[in-house]
Amino acid sequence: MAERYIVVGGGLAGLATVIKLAEAGKHVDVFSIVPVKRSHSVCAQGGINGAVNTKGEGDSPDVHVKDTLRGGDFLAEQPPVKGMCYAAPGIIYLLDRMGVPFSRTSEGLLDFRRFGGTLHHRTAFAGASTGQQLLYALDEQVRRYETEGLVRKFEYWEFLGSVKDEQGNCRGIVALDVRTMNIEAFPADAVMLATGGPGIVYGRSTNSLINTGTAAARSYQEGAIYSNAEFVQVHPTAIPGQDKHRLMSESARGEGGRVWVPRKKGDTREPSEIPSAERWYFLEEKYPKYQNLVPRDVATREIFSVCRDLSLGLEGGDAVYLDVSHIPAATLDKKLGGIMEIYEKFQGVDPRHHPMRIFPAVHYSMGGLWVDYEADAKGDLLKDSPRQQMTNIPGLYASGECDYAYHGANRLGANSLVSCIYAGFIGGPAMMSYAKNKAPKGEVASTLLEGAKKQWQEKFAAIGKMSGKENPYQIGHEMGELMISAATVVKKNSELDVALLKIKEMKARWNNINALDTGRTLNQAVSYANQLWNMLELAELMLKASRLRDECRGSHYKPEFNLPTPKTHDPTQDPEWMIAWKKRNDMWLKNSMGRWNANGPDVTFESLRSLQTETPILKPEPRWYG
Amino acid sequence: MTPPKSGNITLQIERQDGPNAPARWETFNVPYTKNANVISVLMQIQRSPVTSDGKATTPPAWDAACLEEVCGSCTMNINGKVRQACSTLIDQFDLEQPIKLQPMKKFPLVRDLSVDRQKMFESLKRVQAWVPTDGTHDLGPGPRLSPEDADLRYTLSTCMTCGCCMEVCPQVTTSTAFIGAAAISQAKLFNDHPTGEMNKGDRLHALMGDGGVADCGKAGNCVQACPKHIPLTSSIAEMHRETTKQALLDWFQKDERKAGGGPA
Repeated sequence: MAERYIVVGGGLAGLATVIKLAEAGKHVDVFSIVPVKRSHSVCAQGGINGAVNTKGEGDSPDVHVKDTLRGGDFLAEQPPVKGMCYAAPGIIYLLDRMGVPFSRTSEGLLDFRRFGGTLHHRTAFAGASTGQQLLYALDEQVRRYETEGLVRKFEYWEFLGSVKDEQGNCRGIVALDVRTMNIEAFPADAVMLATGGPGIVYGRSTNSLINTGTAAARSYQEGAIYSNAEFVQVHPTAIPGQDKHRLMSESARGEGGRVWVPRKKGDTREPSEIPSAERWYFLEEKYPKYQNLVPRDVATREIFSVCRDLSLGLEGGDAVYLDVSHIPAATLDKKLGGIMEIYEKFQGVDPRHHPMRIFPAVHYSMGGLWVDYEADAKGDLLKDSPRQQMTNIPGLYASGECDYAYHGANRLGANSLVSCIYAGFIGGPAMMSYAKNKAPKGEVASTLLEGAKKQWQEKFAAIGKMSGKENPYQIGHEMGELMISAATVVKKNSELDVALLKIKEMKARWNNINALDTGRTLNQAVSYANQLWNMLELAELMLKASRLRDECRGSHYKPEFNLPTPKTHDPTQDPEWMIAWKKRNDMWLKNSMGRWNANGPDVTFESLRSLQTETPILKPEPRWYG
Repeated sequence: MTPPKSGNITLQIERQDGPNAPARWETFNVPYTKNANVISVLMQIQRSPVTSDGKATTPPAWDAACLEEVCGSCTMNINGKVRQACSTLIDQFDLEQPIKLQPMKKFPLVRDLSVDRQKMFESLKRVQAWVPTDGTHDLGPGPRLSPEDADLRYTLSTCMTCGCCMEVCPQVTTSTAFIGAAAISQAKLFNDHPTGEMNKGDRLHALMGDGGVADCGKAGNCVQACPKHIPLTSSIAEMHRETTKQALLDWFQKDERKAGGGPA
């Protein structure tokens, strides 16, 4: 009997996994709530990192490792990061061979641009819709395997939960056909979750509507450890909207875009009438080395502070200028065309001639399902290990935004696309190694599959009969507002305590929801009610982990626990500050490990394995971007 | 009529519980909000699914994902024009009220505003819309391309399979086989790639015969409707010429094989 593999999610991480499995001649079933070509990876704009050093700047994978670890404030296990950065140039070349229409130099080579948190041109790009182009390339290759009979697509199917045997091994999944509302169980030797991030827990974010995090949140309730839930990246530059906040790529700054506000409070002049001397380019002034390309967490806090603490936001509100109007329109169209169009379409203003008005928005979850790795003494990942990307549930894997592994406390721009593809590329082979060497032998018992299926059929039947007073979409809306106010740029323990109580209230209200719809075709309200419960569980974990981590690290910022400002420009020159920094690091350079409990999440903090038992590739150091 | 800057936004939705259920219209009044788009209005209805005459109803079903016009999901007919609901801003467009929402008509209906566009993905299989790579192992960079060629390929490659070009095409109906502009343009995208060109003939053959490029009636509606401004009519014209050349080539080759005594 040939092995069977399941991949849940058809974005970059999922399709990368599928390609590795199909290329080895394995049969794969892919489940996705939307046609895979419409997955959230399409929203990635700016590019993909890989240190190919085509600009003679002395870039190398080692520098990429260092930038990534520093960018994440050292809260990432180092061997997977090393593996990713070393694989990155090869991944970019492979995508090039697949026909991704990357932007080119006059010599016909791949062009690279700058991104945040590095001083090198390391980002390959296809206009300003790189994620879309990368996803299409993988989608095309998977379609080819589909015609060869190796891949079966289950599109418009939603993951409901895992099938686990008595020993706790994952033996398959239960999924819902969202169009017919039929529920089925599918056996597998190994399952990959590549289901993306949980942005919709925050209501409005830069994420797609499908990014509810529900598959990861359900797996957490089934015993998978969810790590670093408190680390959610707020992107510095987005256009606020009623339905979502639309991203304005970091590449706008990579291509020379400048962030500023009028120096004078309440200046009502048109931006073009404000002379240079009366504009405050605050990032350039505060960070002369990295300027507008400081890492995202740093830029976001500065913009937030300019608007909220100094009241220097445009018209006294929550907005600053992101200005590319000094760049020739032809260059903008060529290198940033996609986002120029988005701004023009959604704001009705031409950003080639008028500065864009932007504000930070929730963007990316560094945290996610805890996954394992296996490395040698030099910190190189072992090629044939079944442990790469495996959650603590044997046979259940995770990759892409739904894993926690690559970005520590803050992700660098253009590292997400490479982390998704890399995780899929090592996850697929690990699944094969598991199926060959570790997985329980023999067919999955039909009683196990039938039992799991029946349990979900009963659950959905029960949701369908709920006739209470609460509208689930309304609860979801309130959950988003609560999460945005309590757990984004600046966190306070007093507010987190209140938010935790409110989430508990919302969970109680969930029991009194109205299913709104009894239809048997595309009953979106019933699917949503199930997702909402999962989102509430995840929101509670995010709040709890945020409440317990009393420090500032990357995207997690609690002013009450911030270290004092160092007395020297370079903090390593201030011995007293270094003692305080070391003490803080000894206490908090740890992953939060979230384990589900009916009474609320259990969160513990565990030291990083690669800093304890192996020789670290890079010793943690203070993070500063002067 | 310019939409009001306050008060209500009125929406009429053509609803149908399933492909075989009767269609009906429902009207909703939603409080005006600044920067609203069709999606945010549909979200307001989800939170309060009550029609304008005060009757509770089910929340209308609709597809959406990225909400920034790169995924193609939320395509529907809005006041009779096919477009993405996410980029249809209430204030920016002179949308006559009530705003009428209808599903796309050239695809099988699933429910309400949701349709099944699977045939477009099947067409991508038919034209082999991929570069036939040797595998994921390390084989170095791909072929060099001039910036101009790369730019044109990028433009063609922004097709999000939304189906606007199919919806407006007089040759595409539920009973005809015409493959449509999107897939024809994708054939060009891969024929233009130095590696993809190697199986150019297969793609051209896929576009010959029933439902192929010759079925295009040159109405030119597709290029007008494409939200990504893809030069679809140029792609069709070129694929038309190329398939004609391919047909001649096939004929000569057949002749040569006959002369050489090979298999016909």
